[in-house]
Amino acid sequence: MTTTDLPGIPPEVDPDQPEPDEPREHGGRPAGEPRFDGRRGRWVGASIPRHEDPRLLTGCGRFIDDIALSGMLHAGFVRATVAHAAITELDLAATREVHGVVAAYDAADLALGDIVAVLDRPAEEFTPTAMPILARGKVRFVGEPLALVVARDPYAVEDGIEAARVSYDALDAVVSEETALAPGAPAVHDEAPDNVLLDVSMFDTPGVDEAFADAALTVDVTTRSGRQNALPLETRGVVASWDARDDQLLVQTCSQVPHQVRTMLARSLGIAERTVRVTVPDMGGGFGQKCVVGREEIAVAAAAQRLDRPVKWIEDRREALTAGFLAREQRYRTRAAFDADGRITALDVDVVCDMGAYSCYPFTAGIEPLMASAEMPSVYRVPAYRVRGRAITSNKAPTAPYRGVSRPQYVMAIERVMERAARELGLDPVEVRRRNVITEFPYTGVNGVTYDPGTYLESLDLAEATIRDEGWYEAREAGDRHLGIGFCCFSERTGYGSEAFAKRKMTVVPGFDLSEIRMDTTGSVVVTSGTMNHGQSHETTFAQIVADRLGLDVARVKLRQGDTERIAYGWGTFASRSVTIGGSAVALASERLGELLCRIAAHLLETRPDNVALDGDGGVVQLDDPARRLPFEDIADVAHLRSHLLPKDVEPALTATASFDVPGDGTFSNASHAVVVEVDPGTGEIRILRYVCVEDCGVVINPKVVDGQCRGGIAQGIAGALFEEVTYDGHGEPSAASFIDYLVPTATEIPDVSIQHLETPCAFTANGAKGAGEGGTIGAPAAVLNAVNDALRHTGVELDTTPIHPSTVLAALEGEL
Amino acid sequence: MRDPHLLALTVNDSEYEVVVEPRRTLADVLRHDLLLTGTHVGCEHGVCGACTVLLDEAPVRACLVFAVQAEGSSVRTVESLADHGELSDLQQAFSDHHGLQCGFCTPGFLMLAEGVLAEQPDASREEIREGLSANLCRCTGYQTIVDAVHATACARRESAS
Repeated sequence: MTTTDLPGIPPEVDPDQPEPDEPREHGGRPAGEPRFDGRRGRWVGASIPRHEDPRLLTGCGRFIDDIALSGMLHAGFVRATVAHAAITELDLAATREVHGVVAAYDAADLALGDIVAVLDRPAEEFTPTAMPILARGKVRFVGEPLALVVARDPYAVEDGIEAARVSYDALDAVVSEETALAPGAPAVHDEAPDNVLLDVSMFDTPGVDEAFADAALTVDVTTRSGRQNALPLETRGVVASWDARDDQLLVQTCSQVPHQVRTMLARSLGIAERTVRVTVPDMGGGFGQKCVVGREEIAVAAAAQRLDRPVKWIEDRREALTAGFLAREQRYRTRAAFDADGRITALDVDVVCDMGAYSCYPFTAGIEPLMASAEMPSVYRVPAYRVRGRAITSNKAPTAPYRGVSRPQYVMAIERVMERAARELGLDPVEVRRRNVITEFPYTGVNGVTYDPGTYLESLDLAEATIRDEGWYEAREAGDRHLGIGFCCFSERTGYGSEAFAKRKMTVVPGFDLSEIRMDTTGSVVVTSGTMNHGQSHETTFAQIVADRLGLDVARVKLRQGDTERIAYGWGTFASRSVTIGGSAVALASERLGELLCRIAAHLLETRPDNVALDGDGGVVQLDDPARRLPFEDIADVAHLRSHLLPKDVEPALTATASFDVPGDGTFSNASHAVVVEVDPGTGEIRILRYVCVEDCGVVINPKVVDGQCRGGIAQGIAGALFEEVTYDGHGEPSAASFIDYLVPTATEIPDVSIQHLETPCAFTANGAKGAGEGGTIGAPAAVLNAVNDALRHTGVELDTTPIHPSTVLAALEGEL
Repeated sequence: MRDPHLLALTVNDSEYEVVVEPRRTLADVLRHDLLLTGTHVGCEHGVCGACTVLLDEAPVRACLVFAVQAEGSSVRTVESLADHGELSDLQQAFSDHHGLQCGFCTPGFLMLAEGVLAEQPDASREEIREGLSANLCRCTGYQTIVDAVHATACARRESAS
């Protein structure tokens, strides 16, 4: 059966023809001066074709493995085959004899500094641990790199790896929360004998115990989510080479955070940071897996430096599945107190995140539990809140922030709470959400966070009305099929500025971003950003922002990213930060360039500076005599080629720079998802029949791009809800080391998604945008899980674990749970 | 090089001769010997389909084909689709429908789609979806890829009739 067999599906909202709402009045602002003035131009808001497309469609993209340098060698890693062991022998003599092998290095050979990520927290809250570039003395997960093999071609590299001799003295492996926290458990790191890397009780506000004592209803839900791989389709990779003329290591790498790679790499190699240049070519996705520094990047750079030859490493899929950075293995016990009307009165949460063998740089192993602890109250008015968040270490591949970082999990936990409360109280689950959702803004929550205006209730109402109007409730009530309807209402703090990150007590605090814009003598501009496009369409959307600010055709704007020589510093792309922070920086730089153009033009037109303005068509016009106009080319010609004509106080060339950092608590995008599923009583198979997303990411720069981010995010959320899990056996051996066992959904598993936009401009980003990169991923697991539970409502079973396996559904239907 | 073989094959209507080890994959020959880097490699075990090319007009995984197996065959890669920089109808449809984000899977999907449309010129949207389920995309959620291929199929049918 297809969705077209079912009632009342309306035509898709045409993404090309959005009618954005008028900017709304804001009740206030969380912090900082208002930046967004509500101005709209010709380009922002239009689904213009992507600047990236022609090269990517014709095979002319330049991805990391497309780079070939003269004399280039190839590298690969000898990796651990046991999860937890002392290394008793590592013999590379035979490797070095293999035909084509040029060099082989172990940890002692390279003598590199460890990767250490630290939080500014006391010892009882956080334990720093070191991640060596190559394992020393001990291995902590299957796939951990032990040695680097360099050869003339990648096939010889494999031969060399095969010839390496490694012996182990195996230790018991820590493979679960239970084995990690058991008394007398083997310690993954000597520094953390209890296998706890972070233990923080971030909130314990007054009244929690009283609220539970007085509660009309207490709900107690334990939710779990499986370990997942962000799984960019392009695996990680690096090409490093030494440039004697520049006195620099050129590290071309596949990273969302080139500047942080440069910083860590220089420290590990013990060299000045100016002697490292990191550039990033086209990147085949990242989703967070590439927003941390990989030990392989550093090892390969060190080999290139030693050999004075270019060295390339391309991760293979088995490595990516077993040794790539993972995420999402979390367990929440959530207790919630409700009054008789279904209003939540207290929340008491214990969250444990299995961060695997090492702490990632720069975010640390605290990233998941700290995110969960800070944000857990979600979109609801929670009067009293207690939370304990722990990061445990285990003999599994380490973790990195994956798209959404803990939000898919804590949203799933609290959305399950809402559903349970509704069921216990005999109320509609959407109604319970309505009674609890934040409706007045700005709202300062029990977590001390101020939420800027959004459309929490409006999005929920619209999602529900859509499903209702299409007749799905009637279809479900008809009772001849196992249909279920599920919802999820959530917000996401997108623009984390340095102030918000500093509250996490990071010692490396992301936040700001920089932009420089230059106009050439032909009136075209190149603009830089410290963010890092890898599918998000920055080359298009940032150009739209610049084009409007300058009144310049969008085709005359080119974005440059991913080069530590061009951009003084940047924090890359993660956390839906790019358009909010990077996009604000390019907007401000563009405005400054516009002011400069006007100043020069006024001088050349021999009029007052306040008597000219950008004309919106590539020039500056004299306001009291619009016939007098200077195109940008003429102004640029003077600025570069006839600088003697410039005003005395204006420097030659046309450049402007700007930085931007989101003030205060940042900004929140929000959305509601509604899902209809059908479960097959014969097989337990779950099919998604309808998926509705109502989202609000502030000003939509390019509707088609935002839709794409929503749909792609939802697909990854569905993957986590129904299919993907990185599994290990009891010895820590990965049991999903290929795509045969790690089930990535295809076109037949992922449904069409209809998207509706609400638009509450952010008052304190320069472009009104709030960010859209992660939202889809956040909402999908909860919405799908709730829908499956609704389909099973007659069984009395409550499923609270993802991924949901058909065998579990079948067992529920057959009364075996 | 161990056990070198002289291999002749036709790629995008050009004839090539390369010396390869028997274990060298077609994907590696295309990418690293012929420098046709538009064909991407995503899993090296024949599941993701990023390396899909047409071998004698049928879609194959170039990572699962040894180059020596393509001896005497004709290979078509993504580089063959555009005409002197002008996008083909299928490529243009991918852009129009936002059927690509990072672009890494895109060459494989384009070649797969050409294979599907050649085999099933009358394919419905659901049949196209079924055919495209052979490849993985991590960015788009597939909907817009299906839209792009379906639009191309409809346009080609219209122009044929």
